[in-house]
Amino acid sequence: MRGDIFARKKMNAFVFLGVLILVTLVAIVMTEYNVAKGFTSIPKAVHWGFSNFYPNGESFRKLPDIMMKLKETVLVSIAATSAGAVFALVFAIFGAHTTRFNAVLGGISRGIATVFRNIDVAAWALILLFSFGQNVMTGYFALFFGSFGYLTRAFIETIDEVSGGSVEALRATGAGYFHIVFQSVIPSSIPQMISWILFMIETNIRQATLVGILTGTGIGFAFNLYYKSMNYHTASLVVVAIVIAILFIEYISNYVRRAIL
Amino acid sequence: MKTLLELRQVSKHYGQETAALSDVSFNVKEGEFVSIIGPSGAGKSTLLRCINRIVDASGGEIFFNDENVLKLDKAQLKRVRRTIGMIFQHYNLVNRLSVIENVLHGRLGYKSTLAGMLGLYSEEEKQQAVKMLNILGLQEHTYRRADQLSGGQKQRVGIARALVQKPKMLLCDEPIASLDPNAAKTIMDYLKTISATMGITVLVNLHQVDVALRYSDRIIGVNKGKVVYDGSPKEMSSSMIHKIYGSEAGELIFDHGGQNAG
Repeated sequence: MRGDIFARKKMNAFVFLGVLILVTLVAIVMTEYNVAKGFTSIPKAVHWGFSNFYPNGESFRKLPDIMMKLKETVLVSIAATSAGAVFALVFAIFGAHTTRFNAVLGGISRGIATVFRNIDVAAWALILLFSFGQNVMTGYFALFFGSFGYLTRAFIETIDEVSGGSVEALRATGAGYFHIVFQSVIPSSIPQMISWILFMIETNIRQATLVGILTGTGIGFAFNLYYKSMNYHTASLVVVAIVIAILFIEYISNYVRRAIL
Repeated sequence: MKTLLELRQVSKHYGQETAALSDVSFNVKEGEFVSIIGPSGAGKSTLLRCINRIVDASGGEIFFNDENVLKLDKAQLKRVRRTIGMIFQHYNLVNRLSVIENVLHGRLGYKSTLAGMLGLYSEEEKQQAVKMLNILGLQEHTYRRADQLSGGQKQRVGIARALVQKPKMLLCDEPIASLDPNAAKTIMDYLKTISATMGITVLVNLHQVDVALRYSDRIIGVNKGKVVYDGSPKEMSSSMIHKIYGSEAGELIFDHGGQNAG
């Protein structure tokens, strides 16, 4: 019996590897991808990057403009995330196993969150372009919907993971539903929830750059503009500014995380 | 002595086939200290949870203080629950809150929705919580966070939380199963003292036969969801213990070390 299990595992591994190689080969053939050319072009790309894609003295004249756009992007990301988090908290309480009113309402709540989560932020931006046009609101709502879906899922798992025992204990004391939510569920899960929100803000700043290209707003638009006008030096300055902003936000959120845990 | 708790043919099924409890009947008198022993999975935890309806029984009747627990509506159930304290193996405290806040949770059953949500407790309730912490020897930990305490201390917080409910009865689900022998003895001594001095009925699930024999007024043996023994610890024989645990003579640690406890 023992030998059988190991033989079967080995067999499974071989089959998996075989399928993987087959899929890769089929994909290479179908897309007419030249493997050799693909790898040899990497050094060329690096060379181009070092000779053109760096900020020079002139590009720094655009810095105030870039900073303003960057500020707008960061603030929109934070606003969208916090608004999404408020809605996510309500939906998570309805959807989590330990705190839901009943299975039907819980299912509906999880369902809505799943739909919002599985449509990518970029897809949301494209859909919302029809309603709002090239406007900050489009980006805001795209990020809001994406964060809402993702955070609902994260919060549901946090609630179920953290508060099972104390919820049972409070039910046994005769406490009501709202007592339990406010005295046990929220105090137990708040540090993890804040951690998720901070993570979402970081992610959204990255996403906002991409969304900005689509919606013609914020730092993404600035990058697109300089890049397309072949002002590569300024475009690279935009990238550097984004990277610094993200590192800074990450540093702050790590600090906050340590402080609350 | 008046009968406080009465179970009549209580049963609990999960799904169609698996029966956790079948035809469980017994009485508990006011002020009695009763232990329930039996192997893991015998239905001891389910039995305790059926009494305060954390788990809903499938059939039978449960009378607590002359009220049929299984017939109560939501508001009545809350009123009954607040007179039954519950203590858990894993303490079930809100770890991030302070000791005093955890103890005051025992008062939530008496509070209005808003006051309870915001944690607005009266001066009297706070005094009472402090008094319970003093009784349980936790006064210097009053403002510490619950997760900074040792297991035995956490369990004492659990007991304090149950006591501020001003309960008639305590249900204890494996209260010492996660504790070292010293802490376990402390907890059992507190439970015994509480039962004796405050006249509170105690119903406790135990894994340790010797502890049950030493502390209880009465022992109920459960095996496969059925009551197989209901009597005083003095009448408990070695062969009866084997019947409860479904084992043969010589198979239990009890046979070698715990004999003198009986």
